[in-house]
Amino acid sequence: MTVQPGAPIEGMDAAAGRPAASTLPPPGAIETGHPRSLFRLGFEVFVQNRLAIVGIVVVALAILFCFVGPLIYRTDQVTVDLTIANLPPGPGHPLGTDGSGYDVLGRLMVGGQTSLIVGLAAAAIATLVGTVWGAVAGFFGGWVDGVMMRVVDAILAIPILFLLLFLVTIVRPSLPVMIFVIGLTAWLVPARLVRGESLTLRVREYVQAVRVMGGSSWRSVTRHIMPNVIGTVIVNATFQVADAILLVAYLGYLGLGISPPATDWGGMLSNGTQYVFLNYWWLIYPAGLAIIIVVVAVNLVGDGLRDAVEVRLQRR
Amino acid sequence: MVGYIVRRLLQSVLVVLVVTVIVFILLHSLPGGPARAILGPRATPLQIAQFNSDNGLDRPLIVQYATSVAGWFTGNFGFSYVLNQSVGSLLAERLPKTIILAALSLVLTVIVAVPVGIWQAVRRNRLFDYIATGLSFIFYAAPTFFLGLILIEVFSSWLGWLPPEAPQSNGVVPIFQQFPAMILPIVTLALLSIAGFSRYMRSSVLDNVSQDYVRTARAKGASPSRVLWRHVLRNALIPIITLLGLSLPALFAGALVTESIFNFPGMGLLFWQAAQQSDYPVELGVVIVTAFATVIGNLLADVGLAVIDPRVTL
Repeated sequence: MTVQPGAPIEGMDAAAGRPAASTLPPPGAIETGHPRSLFRLGFEVFVQNRLAIVGIVVVALAILFCFVGPLIYRTDQVTVDLTIANLPPGPGHPLGTDGSGYDVLGRLMVGGQTSLIVGLAAAAIATLVGTVWGAVAGFFGGWVDGVMMRVVDAILAIPILFLLLFLVTIVRPSLPVMIFVIGLTAWLVPARLVRGESLTLRVREYVQAVRVMGGSSWRSVTRHIMPNVIGTVIVNATFQVADAILLVAYLGYLGLGISPPATDWGGMLSNGTQYVFLNYWWLIYPAGLAIIIVVVAVNLVGDGLRDAVEVRLQRR
Repeated sequence: MVGYIVRRLLQSVLVVLVVTVIVFILLHSLPGGPARAILGPRATPLQIAQFNSDNGLDRPLIVQYATSVAGWFTGNFGFSYVLNQSVGSLLAERLPKTIILAALSLVLTVIVAVPVGIWQAVRRNRLFDYIATGLSFIFYAAPTFFLGLILIEVFSSWLGWLPPEAPQSNGVVPIFQQFPAMILPIVTLALLSIAGFSRYMRSSVLDNVSQDYVRTARAKGASPSRVLWRHVLRNALIPIITLLGLSLPALFAGALVTESIFNFPGMGLLFWQAAQQSDYPVELGVVIVTAFATVIGNLLADVGLAVIDPRVTL
């Protein structure tokens, strides 16, 4: 994507080419017959993927760190105190303090809240909007599909970071605005995915069989198309979370993120940049590493989910 | 072939037109319109009306749109509110620099990522493959500005080998005269794409190794290196062309961040500064130019693919 400023490119996923055979469960574990077993099969594949489990654990720890951490490790993240500015790590301040005298460890927790909330919520909005858009385009087809997909092509032609910066100059970012803006720029990929899937599913034998037997189109969509698209959508949503966390960081770094005293990991790095030549490393590395660790973890979860969904698709 | 190119060209024009409509709607959805943004919150209604009639903003929207689009296609992007210069001349000054930065980093990307990807595929699931995979995961997740800061800290602040700031002079020639100053920006921008490209190259080679034609070549008695270089590589490189076209938006976005880290006066820095100062005409100009470049890039990639791969029928 995304992004993604790192807007990642579709199909350029890090897991491409991983040997699928090694993630297959032993033959005895495979149950077929009832559709529910496909979910179980996927779940078993996911659980056996050690990297994906590591990813989930890391994400869970990050959430605990950011949301429960401040309850245990209490710091003042509102009042500026220049008498304790830029202290190196030491007793009382395990990761030092920044240019405004905020404790860096405490700030890492508060900033992480912004990054995680925006990441999760924006991915949810993008997935929802994209799924509806793609489903409508794919289901109706014809000129509706043509118009809707040209709009997607057009927005995709604008680098997402440019669009985002343009939007935040129009509306100054607060937390809800950031969620909304990132969500509204990130729905294009899920829209394309869902549209593509529903176009192919629409002509599959089992969907046509429903129509032949007199089933309504509502029934085909809810009972046959949706359950088959949902795997792809969930996998993509995971990668959307990673992209959104990076986008929040980019906005923060470019000085167009959330306003102080609130912050995010990108904003923390942006502040640290002023002191690169003074070697105040504690202002740069904690926030930067936090971004990398969380994004890698989310991507690992996404890869694991994709392997699980692919196994389901193969069994279909 | 010609028919296909014409059809794709028409489609591209359509996409660019939709971009202009979206951008136009965005501009006119500004609270209070551009007049309020330029004249400030204390402007009187009379001043705003005067500004609107001076700039033709009181005419019907459709007329305004037609005038703007006509301007965009003849290179007239309006006038910067802040820099006292026409957007067209700003772009003419800044765009070549960004193109140089992006092109050199793409070259570096291909030079590094293609051999790494091939080697990973050949030595699949060995130590080198695992290390390269791990690194690409990390570089893929690392924000460009963090990588740039680390490079500055190591190579400028610590080792003192390279300048921390990109060339500042006007014009394109001085960039090459001060080439050491360009190394860090180029590497920073390339690292992210190297991560993606090498993964892609790896899986592309692996896909091709399992194809029937490889078995045939081996059965004919071709040596493993001949099979790799003469047969597999030529086919495995094909998706890289598409990837080059698709990577343009990410490259522009990366250039924006890279230029802001190294203070390189290219189009990305221009856009960033315009965004901070609400200089809408400049922002619009840059968005339209990048969208146009992206569409052209995709078009070139598709046509290039058709030229190189005889299996692609148009």
